[in-house]
Amino acid sequence: MMRRLLVFGMLVGLLAGLVAFGFASIAGEPQVDAAIALEEAAAQGEAVAPHSHGEDEAAATHSHEEPAEVSRSTQKGIGLAVATGLYGVAMGGLFAIACAVAYGRIGVPGMRATAATVALVGFIAVALVPFLKYPANPPAVGNPDTIDRRTGLYVVMVLVSVLAALIAAQVGRVLAGRSAGRGGGWNAWLASAGAFTVLVTVAAVLLPVVNEVPVSFPAELLWRFRLSSLGTQALVWVVLGLGFGPLAERVLNPSPARRTTALPVSASPASSGTAG
Amino acid sequence: MAESVVPPSVVPAPSVGGARPLQLPLREIVPWAVLTGVLMLLVIYFVGSEEGAFSMVGGTWIHEFVHDGRHLLGFPCH
Repeated sequence: MMRRLLVFGMLVGLLAGLVAFGFASIAGEPQVDAAIALEEAAAQGEAVAPHSHGEDEAAATHSHEEPAEVSRSTQKGIGLAVATGLYGVAMGGLFAIACAVAYGRIGVPGMRATAATVALVGFIAVALVPFLKYPANPPAVGNPDTIDRRTGLYVVMVLVSVLAALIAAQVGRVLAGRSAGRGGGWNAWLASAGAFTVLVTVAAVLLPVVNEVPVSFPAELLWRFRLSSLGTQALVWVVLGLGFGPLAERVLNPSPARRTTALPVSASPASSGTAG
Repeated sequence: MAESVVPPSVVPAPSVGGARPLQLPLREIVPWAVLTGVLMLLVIYFVGSEEGAFSMVGGTWIHEFVHDGRHLLGFPCH
């Protein structure tokens, strides 16, 4: 059972990665190209203004250390496709595990709704919240000397955000179990969302600010790059959330006769709260 | 959580003899979760950070190969 769920998760993840690749190629690559053009101009000692800490030329030339070990066309084509594809497969595998745990435990009936819910929460916790604190940066933004620190902070933000989502889910389960009366379900969801919001807000306020955008970097280009990056990640989660449910229901519910009759899970009071 | 919100009339009676499990036992999930969790995170690490802040293989080829994906998927790249 788990093995088949994982296989389907990774297959849907591969599809998600390819969809993300298509979107990133069309919406993201023009911004990456434009940013690299700026970076190269800066490396020749012109355009981009100094980083805030004076060592502008070293930073600018250092970050542009790609003497065609991998050509631009490879980076934009097969390189991007492999990156998003692998990312999609890996996320799909983790997503399948999360759905298997969440199934029947978060008060949502059936695997389709479970997958959609997990994908929404996953997008918010893994992509959106970290993005709001440490947004994606195009080439020519970011001092290579601080990559260690920035990577560490980004990972911490993702971990805190995922942990906050798990805590919030547990809060929701406890409250839903306690208040089984009218509106108890929605109150549990609201409390859950509130707990998540408080936790990630506190973390985002406490973690240090990173701003290494050169003063002269075009705001419009930065905005479009970041939007396309967020869109790329959102598409991964949309495909996972919509695609995994129907496939997983087949695994859970092999008989075709029962596939259309709906959701005995929702009718069972044992399906949430206490168990698990 | 949500079952209390659903009006009883909407919910079909649980059919008898259904093989659909209500939950998947954690006992069954955990070994898979550990094994594939580690593998999947390793894959994400290679896409997201190898030869950036950390380097296991060395060189810059992986970094350059996944360069655009790394930027567009939101990882700090360089």
